[in-house]
Amino acid sequence: MTPYLAVINARFRMLLQYRIAALAGMSTQLFWGLIRVMIFEAFYRSSVAVQPMTLPEVVNYVWLGQAMFAMLPWWIDSEIRTMVRSGTVVYELVRPLDLYTFWYFRAIASRAAPTLLRATPLFVCAFLFFDLQLPPSLGSAAAWLLATLGALLLGCAISNLIHISMLWTIAGEGVIQIVQVSIFIFSGMIVPLPLFPDWAQPFLEFLPFRGLADIPFRLYMGHIPAHEIWSMLAHQLIWAGTLILIGRFLLGRASRRLVVQGG
Amino acid sequence: MLDNLRLYGRYIGISFRGQMQYRASFIMLSLGHFLMTGLEFAGIWALFARFESLGDWSLPEVALFYGIINVSFSLCDATSRGFDVFSTKNGEFDRILLRPRSTALQLAGQELTLRRIGRLSQGLLVLLWAAHTLGIPWTPDRILLLLFTILGGACLFYGLIVFQATLSFWTTESLEIFNTMTYGGVETAQYPLAIYRPWFRRFFTYVIPLACISYYPSLALLDRPDPLGSTVLFQWFAPFIGIAFLILSLQVWQFGVRHYRSTGS
Repeated sequence: MTPYLAVINARFRMLLQYRIAALAGMSTQLFWGLIRVMIFEAFYRSSVAVQPMTLPEVVNYVWLGQAMFAMLPWWIDSEIRTMVRSGTVVYELVRPLDLYTFWYFRAIASRAAPTLLRATPLFVCAFLFFDLQLPPSLGSAAAWLLATLGALLLGCAISNLIHISMLWTIAGEGVIQIVQVSIFIFSGMIVPLPLFPDWAQPFLEFLPFRGLADIPFRLYMGHIPAHEIWSMLAHQLIWAGTLILIGRFLLGRASRRLVVQGG
Repeated sequence: MLDNLRLYGRYIGISFRGQMQYRASFIMLSLGHFLMTGLEFAGIWALFARFESLGDWSLPEVALFYGIINVSFSLCDATSRGFDVFSTKNGEFDRILLRPRSTALQLAGQELTLRRIGRLSQGLLVLLWAAHTLGIPWTPDRILLLLFTILGGACLFYGLIVFQATLSFWTTESLEIFNTMTYGGVETAQYPLAIYRPWFRRFFTYVIPLACISYYPSLALLDRPDPLGSTVLFQWFAPFIGIAFLILSLQVWQFGVRHYRSTGS
């Protein structure tokens, strides 16, 4: 276990160096959040019908989405991409470590460090100036924290799958783009999932992506009551487990038939 | 001038042939791009399915805004790669300065990013659907205004990217903040400007004249009175401001070039 924890430690320290980048990222996120909030305000102004979420809930949802933006598996670890392109990925394969676990822990650090850096000031800003509310109860806050952890585990399983897919198709960017968009739309980052048409709900509830954003966000504001945390966590972890198994299987296949590029 | 155009044509030809060497990759990336922007529109559609209207704006009307801005941006995005990745960090710019042609022309000709056809075709589809559904009488002057608007929009975004590149003369690294303006601008202009808060509207009218290449001319196309009270004459000529913005940014670029000091070795 030690080498894997060392990976987390090293990457954390490296990524926490990029404080200015985090600040720039944060201002981008504030800007985006504001645009989204204004669009939703306009939609809510024009409708008198009762919606599955109230406007303050949607505003919370948007800000949580911006705060947790870096945690979603929508970006590729450019070092792994370079390794696959240049062929240095063989060094990864000869390490006396389990490659899947190694990459998984690396992903945990790469998602958690920038999220921590960005989310904290963003929370403060959104809370002070932009109508973000605190969770209604301690139970909701605890449920949110737990589900966020679940989202991290699930997100890393997905990002590992994306990284492994690069071993098969070097020019797989088109496919990766489609996966990234699916992540955005089906996790609730673009439109909060409860606002999708009713016929789409069973489909959205089944997919793994809601575990990345929708579940923790709605637990935060009590839109999903805190006592449902266990079934929500189960949804996240069962999917994470399934995707880890698929990823391990694919990585095993890939490393047996791997053709290394470069010389 | 003609000579420059011919040179630009040569540059583009080379870039085109280069990318066509990776045909499968090009097709995959374009398709990915198409679906990506398509799902964005699905998000807008889902909101309309839930709320039915956005104030007194309908889905086809918003689709017109969406289509225009995405077509404009994709045109700029496809042709501006040279400026977009420009950085003075590695000293590459020295080479460009040595050649007896304008620096802007060489950077503009660096790449025609073909895969942007994904966003372009998706935006066009939405635009055509909107134009058809809204029953706009497509008189020649309206078609001209539409083309003019798209041109103005492409120029405005191009200007923003030139500004971003110019800053790199002083900061070495290019700044992410302009990405917020370009992509944020596209996101903003997908909806009518009237729905936003006043300070935000002012920012995207007077600081970055985004409204002049989307909101105002679209009102003229839709034949709708402006809830913000602009005149019809202004709506018809507003896209000029996008072109002026590009000209201004190229002047600033020239100024930046004169201040360039080589880095790298």
